[in-house]
Amino acid sequence: MLFMKNISKTFYPGTVNEKCALKDLNLTLADGDFATIVGSNGAGKSTLFNAITGAFYVDRGLIVLDGEDITYQKEHVRSRVIGHLFQDPLKGTAPHMTIEENMALAYLRAKSSKNAYFSRIKAADKARFREQLALLGMGLEDRMKQPVGLLSGGQRQALTLLMATMVTPKILLLDEHTAALDPATAKKVLELTKKIVEERRITCLMVTHNMQQALALGNRTLMMDAGNIVLDVSGEKRRGMTVEDLLEQFALRAGKRLDNDRILFSKVENS
Amino acid sequence: MGSIITLSIVQSALELGFIYALVALALFVSFSILNIADLSTDGCFTLGCAVCATVTLAGHPVLGLVAAMAAGAASGFITAFLQTRMGIQSILAGIIVNTGLYTVNIAVMGFASNMNLFACDTVFSWAKEAIGGTWYKLIVAVVVVLLVGIFLAWFLNTRLGLSIRATGDNPDMVRASSINTGLMITIGLCVANALTGLSGGLLAQYQKSCDINLGTGMVTIALASLIIGESILGRGGMPKRVLGVVLGSCLYRFVVAIAMRLNVPAECLKLVSALIVAFAIALPYLKKQAAFLRQRRAAKEENQVFLQQLADGQKGGEEE
Repeated sequence: MLFMKNISKTFYPGTVNEKCALKDLNLTLADGDFATIVGSNGAGKSTLFNAITGAFYVDRGLIVLDGEDITYQKEHVRSRVIGHLFQDPLKGTAPHMTIEENMALAYLRAKSSKNAYFSRIKAADKARFREQLALLGMGLEDRMKQPVGLLSGGQRQALTLLMATMVTPKILLLDEHTAALDPATAKKVLELTKKIVEERRITCLMVTHNMQQALALGNRTLMMDAGNIVLDVSGEKRRGMTVEDLLEQFALRAGKRLDNDRILFSKVENS
Repeated sequence: MGSIITLSIVQSALELGFIYALVALALFVSFSILNIADLSTDGCFTLGCAVCATVTLAGHPVLGLVAAMAAGAASGFITAFLQTRMGIQSILAGIIVNTGLYTVNIAVMGFASNMNLFACDTVFSWAKEAIGGTWYKLIVAVVVVLLVGIFLAWFLNTRLGLSIRATGDNPDMVRASSINTGLMITIGLCVANALTGLSGGLLAQYQKSCDINLGTGMVTIALASLIIGESILGRGGMPKRVLGVVLGSCLYRFVVAIAMRLNVPAECLKLVSALIVAFAIALPYLKKQAAFLRQRRAAKEENQVFLQQLADGQKGGEEE
């Protein structure tokens, strides 16, 4: 369970570039919740994720993950239980290391290997990595000795997803992780995401610019504006919603129309 | 060429090549793997030399080598501490430590700028008694490099080694995957500088002397060896890359030996190393530039006729 209370963060305080990125934000995610997030450019979606992962410490507020106060916990400590996928597929893997070596790194998060710094990749590990890669259906299981830099963006993102969920995280953060991929690959990675998240009931937050996706995926839809969550729908109310309803609701709550160029583009794509 | 390269030149080039290969391996860890230009290498090399000379003089050659490694690791720890805990840029951290080490090195040598070990036992004099012949120095150097090489090839494939490699390869990924980047940089620099110190220590026993200016330009020379090695064997698995670095170091010493043989003054060698490093690092960029220039020339030739026609047509239009 993720619990965030009165989270505030201002970047460059006291300068002309001062930007209040998160403002008294409150959010509670129940175990197994899969929430999608939409919002304008600069609404604070990525900042929210970075606050959770600890890329920076928040100015004010409380973040509790699974009963543990992580507000001031160091980034590398809390990332042990947090999976994070970025929009840029190059960010999640080490290009000059092989697929096998990348996966071994992800496996480091397992509790049992906490004291296994001097252990090498065992044959059993390799077999397990192979099995998991085969599930992707991308033929990566036969390329385990190849450097990750040779893979396509979609393959790298699928591998990153596998690595982020190899040890089931307490929360999985997906920051438009399919936005930089071509439509066919994006679909594949998205289906894979859905499968993994649903099978393992992983608590998940996903930023998307595709309004239809925002309503179709998961069990909750959040809308963000000016560093806050302005709309939170789930259950029956969400099931009956159309993209138009969502946009209308947003205009009502935020007092302005949604101005995200990519959302507008995706509306054109879908129509 | 037969008169230029004699057996004794080959022999001493190999001996120095293997001894200096340890510094090249150190830079392999800090520069190639961690992506940090560690400019404390010069001072750290002299530190290893001075510490080893002092301990050897007291009658403990093996302990001297161990002490040289420990001193190197300590120096690496300080460089890493400055950049991971004090927020100092990595290059600056190296320069600061390098400057400070000058005083430390002079102090280790008893506030003298040089010392000699002519009267005392070294690992080389032990080897001479045990093995005899003329190859004993090379054998000692090869054994040490072999041990270090095997250690590195093993270490860089352990989970800790993988974490260190990932830290240099993609810091974004590492932060998101529960690896402590500060700790990895610290461990990496400690290992690298321990090797630099060992190299300095071995050299002190090899030439039975130590001088405060011994390390000057060491970082450039080691980089030259590293780059020569990587361009010969290319990228690949860790054992292959480690082998390439050792090969590069030996090759560099051959170039130096031949230059000396051709009466190039010793003072000029630093300039030669600097040129090799500058050229080798610039090579990928120059290749790209050359490809662009070729492309531009080809495009110009291809479109020349059309451009001419366009110009003629415009002129014709004006006349009408």
